[in-house]
Amino acid sequence: MSHFDEASAAVQAALDAGARYADCRVMLRRTESMSARDGDVEELSSGESAGLGVRALVGSSWGFYAVPDLSDAAARAAGGRAAQIAVASATVPGPPIDLVPTKAVEASWASDCAIDPLGISVSAKGDLLVGATAAAKAAGADLAEGVYQIWDTRKWFVSSDGHRIDQHTRECGAGVTAMAFGDGEIQRRSWPSHSGQYGSSGWELVDSLDLIGNAPRMAEEARALLTAPLCPTGETTLVLGGEQLALQIHESVGHAIELDRILGWEAAFAGTSWLELDKLGSLRYGSELMNITIDPSIPGALGSFGYDDEGTPATRRAAVRDGIWVGVLAGRDSAAVAGLDYAGSMRSDGWARLPMVRMTNVGLEPGPHTLDEIIAATDDGVFMDINRSWSIDDRRLNFQFGCEIGYEIKNGRLGRMLRNPTYTGIGPRFWQSMDMLSSETVAWGTPNCGKGQPGQIGHTGHPAAPARFTDVRVGVRG
Amino acid sequence: MSVDIVRTGAELELAARVVELVRQVAGPSAEAEVMVRHEAEALTRFAVSMIHQNVADAATTVSLRLHLDGRTATGSTTIVNADGLRGLVDWMVTAVRVSPPDVTWPGLTPPRPLHQSAGHHGSGAGSGLDFGFDEATARATPAERAERVRDFVRAAEGLETAGYCRTTYTSAAFANSAGQSCEGRTAEAAMDGIARLSGADGVARLAGGRLADLDGALLGARAAAKARAGQNPIELAPGRYEVVLEPEAVADLLDNFAIFGFNGKAYARKQSFAEIGADQFDPSVSLMDEPLGSRAEPAPGLPFDDEGTPRDWLVLVREGVTKAVAHDRTSAAEAGAESTGHASGVSRTWGPHPTNLRLEAASPTTEPTLPPADPTSPVAESARPLVAHLERGLLITDLWYTRVLDQKTLVITGLTRNGVWLVENGEVTAPVGNLRFTQSYPQALAAGMVLGIGSESVLLPDRWSGTRYAAPALHLASWNLTGNASG
Repeated sequence: MSHFDEASAAVQAALDAGARYADCRVMLRRTESMSARDGDVEELSSGESAGLGVRALVGSSWGFYAVPDLSDAAARAAGGRAAQIAVASATVPGPPIDLVPTKAVEASWASDCAIDPLGISVSAKGDLLVGATAAAKAAGADLAEGVYQIWDTRKWFVSSDGHRIDQHTRECGAGVTAMAFGDGEIQRRSWPSHSGQYGSSGWELVDSLDLIGNAPRMAEEARALLTAPLCPTGETTLVLGGEQLALQIHESVGHAIELDRILGWEAAFAGTSWLELDKLGSLRYGSELMNITIDPSIPGALGSFGYDDEGTPATRRAAVRDGIWVGVLAGRDSAAVAGLDYAGSMRSDGWARLPMVRMTNVGLEPGPHTLDEIIAATDDGVFMDINRSWSIDDRRLNFQFGCEIGYEIKNGRLGRMLRNPTYTGIGPRFWQSMDMLSSETVAWGTPNCGKGQPGQIGHTGHPAAPARFTDVRVGVRG
Repeated sequence: MSVDIVRTGAELELAARVVELVRQVAGPSAEAEVMVRHEAEALTRFAVSMIHQNVADAATTVSLRLHLDGRTATGSTTIVNADGLRGLVDWMVTAVRVSPPDVTWPGLTPPRPLHQSAGHHGSGAGSGLDFGFDEATARATPAERAERVRDFVRAAEGLETAGYCRTTYTSAAFANSAGQSCEGRTAEAAMDGIARLSGADGVARLAGGRLADLDGALLGARAAAKARAGQNPIELAPGRYEVVLEPEAVADLLDNFAIFGFNGKAYARKQSFAEIGADQFDPSVSLMDEPLGSRAEPAPGLPFDDEGTPRDWLVLVREGVTKAVAHDRTSAAEAGAESTGHASGVSRTWGPHPTNLRLEAASPTTEPTLPPADPTSPVAESARPLVAHLERGLLITDLWYTRVLDQKTLVITGLTRNGVWLVENGEVTAPVGNLRFTQSYPQALAAGMVLGIGSESVLLPDRWSGTRYAAPALHLASWNLTGNASG
């Protein structure tokens, strides 16, 4: 079944109402999620959503309208309304808008999927979460929680530039968390990451996580953390595990290189960026080990697609090369404003939302070391992994992260477990201090990236590996 | 162009139809609850002093929770034709039969009437369920929102501006197989904007039930005054400072108290600091949830929750003593309490929490009247009396990116935003660069730590429509600043 006709009708209606450019996304999405606690299913939920969103450019002003009705009449009405809203936008106009060219494409794309997540029986998926949380509980957790989430999205995109693209993306993931309650505090350990591991993949991803096998260790570590010494306070050498480094990349690089933020388009809410366009190509972001790549074409990664929501094909692009800032995440209009010749990072989280500049897969290229080598080369420091909290300022400079677990490093070996490990710093200073980087890369998925007004929840991927940083302030406490 | 407000009774009829469909497919023993929500949201967004995003959407969503033979499933669809509804029910019946047992099922809400808000503006008209509903706001056009944006931009007099003007309309109905049935509608308007000058930002924001109450020019001028007063900030060393938090910053305290502190699930699982009956705050602190609004303020939300429980005012803290937490039926059963009407589509997973917290403002004082406000001052009117009593400390406009470091003690880290000033002897003496803080929120409001509460509450929007806070300014004895622009 195709919905190109409805999308085409909406685009034509917007053009008829005065738009000089219009595009439309018809989206059908099925979702399913389950949460379990202490060996019992807590909630099983499913959703089905269908609708179309039309974007119209009248003069240099945008309008967007979305409806859940896929009839031809509703599509035409939506196209007309989008154009009317664009006319109202001209009440407070800006400079002329251009769109960087993108080749008109008629194409079809689907994410890799060996085992359809929605094809697995609910009872089998429930058994997995029940088993994992029961195993954690039996191993000493005061509270054990597990979750899986599935998204199955079909999309038909038509633009007045001639695009006709359909895509089918299947995403899923899961995780388990064990908590231990102490006197006035709670310790937690999560597997395989703080919110689970996610990808544009089939259920084979969840099968690979071995939730039940790892749950008891999470419980044991959470309980051990209750009596572990506090992370020391001061400046030290910091080794981060890959999962924590993935969120560090997300917050202090991924968001900072979003062109809409750099241009001030997100200034009131998400914020701006410390990066200035006139320094693109020359600014030192990090050490020479720092190579950040934007790559929406990584098979199985959560930020992957065939084409973005403006019809630009997935293209691998450098964002930081040998420590120098060289690329941004952009859309067709923001790229034109910035004088760039590429877009490709416009995404919406559903038919009812406007596409905006979003991360795809933004990750660190592998380094020359292993985690064992990094630990062995460290005389005195702290190892931290698995995110517990994150906070960063509106220019993406001043960050503070908390991790679930830490270990002291003494004379090249991991020592005592440390509780409540935190670290803080300023982005470029931190990245310039990276002096060792592992080759053990994992494409971590972040299924909860918030941005935009009205709010949108983005799915992003972050290839990352353990790395070492020098002179980092750790042990910040309230 | 406006939303199509011709839906009286449409959601209730749809909800009843789905309950009947479940009965036909799953039999009379099936317990079903159905929420039908028609939502129209429109948001006109501006940046670099132009409208750059202008969006609207309208959708009806049917949510069904089905409990059958000791097992439970929930589902939703935006496909509300006969095929879509049948597909939803069929999937749910199939899924629930292969689901693991649900040992925490709390049962359905029995039939009970909604709490009326007699005497409130607009209540009693028509169905009597409107609770101050403002039809003009529900019908607001893109042009009306754009006019307020234009006024904001003009009032900033050349400073770069950014923000949004939002209107939302919700018409909803609930029905369950136990016979509970109710409907209501609500409208919300909000404006939030900044003005920017040489790296300094100033903010002004306001929420309410009437778009007509939002004055873009007033908000734009206030934001611009803050931005102009923020030039050439000094850098202060980290440490503990006495502070006056303006209402925008106080709203962040209320948000975190609501989500992590007065969350019935977190409370039942001992993850919250809340201890009912304990003196946990300064005696000057009283907190309540006001989903039905107040005499002067239209209701921000619906008069019932997603389980059909009627909403009502809920006192959480009275004169420093914690009195209650928010419950849905599941957390209430776990805690041995009654539902307080805080069920949402995700409350069984994330916990029920208040969405319309009010920190009670202080009574107007009899102190000498302050001199007339200086239009170039960065101090919000509601904070002026508190700043006048600040010997040495910081005036903080807004907090940003606050995250929990420890949920039990509610230690939060975050940053200041949109303006910080050093205050000495009751006068603003210098703008200060943004600072990072790491602070336990309950400790900040503990006995003896609250030196003053403003006498005026400001209605402030949350990121998501339907959530609104009423916040006065706060004068606190200590706020733990743990970093500055240098790290």
